[in-house]
Amino acid sequence: MTSETPTTSKPNTATRDVAATAAMDAFARTHRLSPLEALPWLAAVAAYFVFPDYLALGSQILATIIFALSVDLLIGYAGIVTLGHAALFGTGAYTAGLLAANGWGDPVSGLLIAALVSALVGCVSGALILRTHGLTLLMQTLVVAALLYEVANKAGYYTGGGDGLQGMEVWPVFGLYRFDMLGKVAYLYCLTVLCVCWLVMRIVVNSAFGRSLMGIRENVARMHAIGTPVERRKLMAYTLSAALAGISGALIAQTTGFVGLGVLSLERSGSILIMLIIGGVGQLYGAFIGVPLYMIAQDRFATIAPVFWYFWIGLFMVFLVLFARGGALGILHRFVRRKEGGA
Amino acid sequence: MTGTPTTPAAIETRQLRKSFGAFVVTDDVDFRLEHGARHALIGPNGAGKTTFVNLVSGALAPTSGTIALNGADVTSLSQAQRVKRGLVRTFQINQLFRKLTVLENVGLAVTERNGLAGNAWRPAGRNRAVLDEAYTLLERVGLAADASRAIADLSYGRQRMTEIAVALGLKPKVLLLDEPAAGVPTGDVGLIIDLIEQLPADIAVLLIEHDMAIVFRVAKRITVLTEGRVLIEGTPAAIAQNPKVREVYLGERKPQ
Repeated sequence: MTSETPTTSKPNTATRDVAATAAMDAFARTHRLSPLEALPWLAAVAAYFVFPDYLALGSQILATIIFALSVDLLIGYAGIVTLGHAALFGTGAYTAGLLAANGWGDPVSGLLIAALVSALVGCVSGALILRTHGLTLLMQTLVVAALLYEVANKAGYYTGGGDGLQGMEVWPVFGLYRFDMLGKVAYLYCLTVLCVCWLVMRIVVNSAFGRSLMGIRENVARMHAIGTPVERRKLMAYTLSAALAGISGALIAQTTGFVGLGVLSLERSGSILIMLIIGGVGQLYGAFIGVPLYMIAQDRFATIAPVFWYFWIGLFMVFLVLFARGGALGILHRFVRRKEGGA
Repeated sequence: MTGTPTTPAAIETRQLRKSFGAFVVTDDVDFRLEHGARHALIGPNGAGKTTFVNLVSGALAPTSGTIALNGADVTSLSQAQRVKRGLVRTFQINQLFRKLTVLENVGLAVTERNGLAGNAWRPAGRNRAVLDEAYTLLERVGLAADASRAIADLSYGRQRMTEIAVALGLKPKVLLLDEPAAGVPTGDVGLIIDLIEQLPADIAVLLIEHDMAIVFRVAKRITVLTEGRVLIEGTPAAIAQNPKVREVYLGERKPQ
């Protein structure tokens, strides 16, 4: 080590070159697209043809996956806990709903406006609450959601209050594809939007920004010490997550043609956490497993035992915490590793 | 802390004070770290050495007093802003990303220094210049063979070396090494000493250390801290001879 080596210096020997390239490639490989990543999309397209009677449920699942992705960005990647993400989901739902009920029923622009409004609400509330962490932050996120819930409740003249928002008129997508009774257009619309949101998420979590979020989650003291503006990074993540949550809420409002206070409820914030935990946190695909599992189970149990179904979800959670940390994806990882170890 | 030197020091603290309630941890410390210095800060347990590092690096805000970096007051700057100006620290207890590889650990620091870490679109693995710089750095410090291994799989000595490599990825002008050899098995201490001795001469190094073998090998100047106060400052020879130092600190080991 004689002096500072310029970064552009050419490797001096061939062996150095090989070892260095191998090390760098090993890192680059960690975020290369794998064929396995086509699976959720194949399943979604197959479901469209195999279960034509369940497209309405399918649309809800696809839209909710976006919500789970937005929560995963916070909890799984940045390590920001939240119990009030329905605040941003509901903001998106009401934005899209109010637009459609007041003469602007274009779904795509409605979706973008909802994303912007949610991002704004996320940015402002995030700037206030992200200074705290742990339990305090958890309470703050709850408070934001509770406040917005009451605002929507009291502003009954605009939102319909407890009765929900009536009279939404959603126009055809791009003026061409009218939302049909069977829910075909709704399903494909949700699938397309999910695909775009997934792409954004995937790019973000594999970027230098995404890596720095993981650094913040793993060791915030070190991130401060390498000069990371930690608060600003967290706020960026929170704002992006809010936009995704808003898109999810808006999708559900547009495809069901209705917005109720439930979109801002604690139950909404809590259940999305459960879905994400079932699937696996911080692995990008947990949302794609947990959400369908939970929502299909909910749908089945609700027909079999409408009152009792929470018991089964509860039992399932106990099992998960005891035996399957890391959710369904965690089980898969361990299974694959064991097979590789045995081979 | 004697006279009034004309050139600004790499680090200069004036009347630096930190108290938690009535408990004064850092008691009006005046301290100068010269450019390119090899300066050790020693003192018994609880003397306030790590608190001093936390104050200078910006992890803690002082109760009163000022900290100047190269003549510019940085007292009110955040830790991140100080790092951008070349003031970098390491930790007494490893603060590494244990699941990430050595290359990624150093890469994160390089990315942050280059100002690329806010980029949310470009895949991190595509930043070839960053990875190349990180790898070159690992070669310099002798960690290239471990580049693709996770921190958790390294020996403790090599983890401590990575701790310093991460700091070097930030191209520091001032480096605060908080007990770099803490917890390192005796056989590996030599690796750490070699690494410190090979640091570029233009980096001002403040070494916090318990191990006198390392201090007397590396330091050209020593400051002794007791109960938050500067007891004495001088050359290693002067410190070793000083009766007060022998009494409060070296005397712990019964002079032979």
